[in-house]
Amino acid sequence: MTDQLKKILLGEQGLVVIFVVAFALVSALVPNFLTDRNMLGLLQSVVTVGIVACTMMFCLAARDFDLSVGSIVAFAGMVAVMASNYTGSILLGLLAAIACGAFVGFINGVVIAKFRINALITTLATMQIVRGFALIASDGRAVGIHSPDFYQLALSKLLGIPTPVWVLAILFCIFGFVLNRTVFGKNTLAIGGNPEASRLAGVNVDRTRICIFALQGVVCGIAGILLASRITSGQPNAAVGLELSVISACVLGGVSLAGGRATMSGVIVGVLIMGIAENAMNLLNIPAFYQYIVRGVILLLAVLLDNLRSSALGRR
Amino acid sequence: MSFLDFSHVTKTYPGVKALSDVSFGVDKGAVHGLMGENGAGKSTLIKILSGDQHADQGEIRIDGRVQAYTSTRDAFDNGVIVIHQELQLVPELTVAENLSLGRFPANAGIIAGRRMLDDVGAKLKSAGIDIDMRRKVKTLSIGERQMVEIAKAVMLDARVIALDEPTSSLSSRESEILFSLINRLRGEGKVIIYVSHRLDEVFRLCDSLTVLRDGKLAAHHASLKGVTRDQVVAEMVGREISDIWGFRARKIGDVRLKVDALSGPKLQTPASFEARAGEIVGFFGLIGAGRSELMRLVYGADPRSGGTITVDGKLVRATDPRGTIRAGIVLCSEDRKHDGIIQGRSVEENINISSRRHHTRFGVLNRASEIATAETFIKKLKVRTPSRKQDIINLSGGNQQKVILGRWLSEQGVRVLIVDEPTRGIDVGAKSEIYELLYQLAQDGMAIVVVSSELPEVMGICDRILVMCGGRVSAELTRDQFAERAILAAALPDQKTPDAIAS
Repeated sequence: MTDQLKKILLGEQGLVVIFVVAFALVSALVPNFLTDRNMLGLLQSVVTVGIVACTMMFCLAARDFDLSVGSIVAFAGMVAVMASNYTGSILLGLLAAIACGAFVGFINGVVIAKFRINALITTLATMQIVRGFALIASDGRAVGIHSPDFYQLALSKLLGIPTPVWVLAILFCIFGFVLNRTVFGKNTLAIGGNPEASRLAGVNVDRTRICIFALQGVVCGIAGILLASRITSGQPNAAVGLELSVISACVLGGVSLAGGRATMSGVIVGVLIMGIAENAMNLLNIPAFYQYIVRGVILLLAVLLDNLRSSALGRR
Repeated sequence: MSFLDFSHVTKTYPGVKALSDVSFGVDKGAVHGLMGENGAGKSTLIKILSGDQHADQGEIRIDGRVQAYTSTRDAFDNGVIVIHQELQLVPELTVAENLSLGRFPANAGIIAGRRMLDDVGAKLKSAGIDIDMRRKVKTLSIGERQMVEIAKAVMLDARVIALDEPTSSLSSRESEILFSLINRLRGEGKVIIYVSHRLDEVFRLCDSLTVLRDGKLAAHHASLKGVTRDQVVAEMVGREISDIWGFRARKIGDVRLKVDALSGPKLQTPASFEARAGEIVGFFGLIGAGRSELMRLVYGADPRSGGTITVDGKLVRATDPRGTIRAGIVLCSEDRKHDGIIQGRSVEENINISSRRHHTRFGVLNRASEIATAETFIKKLKVRTPSRKQDIINLSGGNQQKVILGRWLSEQGVRVLIVDEPTRGIDVGAKSEIYELLYQLAQDGMAIVVVSSELPEVMGICDRILVMCGGRVSAELTRDQFAERAILAAALPDQKTPDAIAS
């Protein structure tokens, strides 16, 4: 009996099993959890983390790291609001935000891949530089949105489900496909597995890494736009600490920090587990201070489980 | 009984018997040479002596006492010090600090600088080593660093000092200083084990000599009187070639690969060679002779600084592996773990990583063809794996090698296949399967370049052998000229110009 349980928990789908059990338990024990309204609220609350986690997964899978995501999200949100206020065109504002995100990501990628500067250091630097730009652009103040249509990005619904949740779902699908079914995805995993062997096997390692960071920038741009729309303004101090939540969600989802191992389903589960834990604690009125502790404990447990699973696989 | 005694030392690694039943003794105040080909067991013996490895059977006795140490630290404390080719000094510390490391004279945790300098200075003086103690090790030449290593041994009052290829990176002047230091240590009654490939050094310096071959004791000379160099070379080689190679003559066509005056940062002397369609060309040499460096240049793994490569008369302009693969040159690296396999990914992905570009559309994989390719080559190369989805790290060395070969064979346009140490760490059965495959590929018109440190292997499977030594091609022999002594003589560093090797 215990052997079978072990096999299920430590198997390929162990995390999904745990997620389903946790979801069922929370649904049964926490009042008002399993209601339409709460479910939608939960999904909306994980949009930013979920979107950014898509490309963070690629970054980690290639043995890289990106700390600048929180700053890029805030900066892109500012750019979206200010550019659309200035030009009067929301579309131009959105394009400007995505272009800025892509640009920062591209710079990250070039510095890391071509100049061989450690990813942690590089993105630690750009994280501060970009946050600085966001603050300078508005002199540290929030910038209000002029056009009410901008709010509609976050408020509008399709088939009863808010647009940002759709965007999140579509990105999950796209990046799941890219990871498993494209040369880019496979090369990313190969680079994470063994960068030198990948280069010698003819993979264009530098270009792939630059692409990953540029994509990360684009996706942060999208997340920044949706966040600005939801909070109805461009906030230079938005999304502080986002990088840690995103990396936690990825690691929770079984992405290896040593590179070479990542699955989209794992990351989705990781994002949802974080969201559910927070949501349930809010519903139970657990004070915010305690929530930090619970989040940390969940992360540690997940990593311990992953460690057990790796050694179980190794013995086979 | 001698002062230092090796008694029935045996060591087995998975699949290889590195040492079997080796016994010999060395007297106090003697310099004892240890010779043998690559893989003969010298390093293993030294590792066991230094406490880095543990013998499966047998024992080492010093002054009649069995040494039961289990770590290099233990060996240290028992007066055994091994000086490796890669020196173990801290570059940012001074000579005096390096020599006192772990035993700093201190008062309440504060280093007594004066006392340290006095102690070290006295020791250096008594050993006759002339080096400024206040200099940082990083400012010293390789030769000076070696002196510091030996000074360390002197500081610790070592009874047994083993030197592993100590002159491999020294100039002749530095070597002379080393030799006089060794002579002085001999006078003090130390036991010195001197591992070297250089016959002239061994004959000049050593009192006695042991030759290892295939992990066994091939010869032990208690005195070098009357022993000739030819005799020692014969003892090092001395095995009969049995026909596990199954060599088959093939039709040899036009020149496929032509390398002309190729050089790079790690290969200063320009090197040239050719390989013809259907031909298997062997590169033999000692470790560090420049063979792998040359092959990495041909493949574009390292940047080249001069020279040209042509394939079938067409100039290869590419300077990275991506480009050379497209030009038809592929390489199976010597270091499979570091440069070959992609750990954590499946056999299927490891096979398809390069050739999948022929089957993709807008960057989207063709799953059916990936599966088919993987299945085909698993079957064709007899890769023993539970499934194509198995993580490659779980396969044995031979099967990993076959997967890498499959990676390249699934590329359709391969014209030149370079394999660097293709059978290292591979059991005999898998070896002959790999040879058979090489014959087949050559038969189909590929030009094949085999780099190997195993003399019988290159002699067994190649049509032509190029010998490298000290970064240059020192000899070229066709199959009818193959002779172990001639090849080995060309591979051993030229005794007249040791400086050329150091540079």
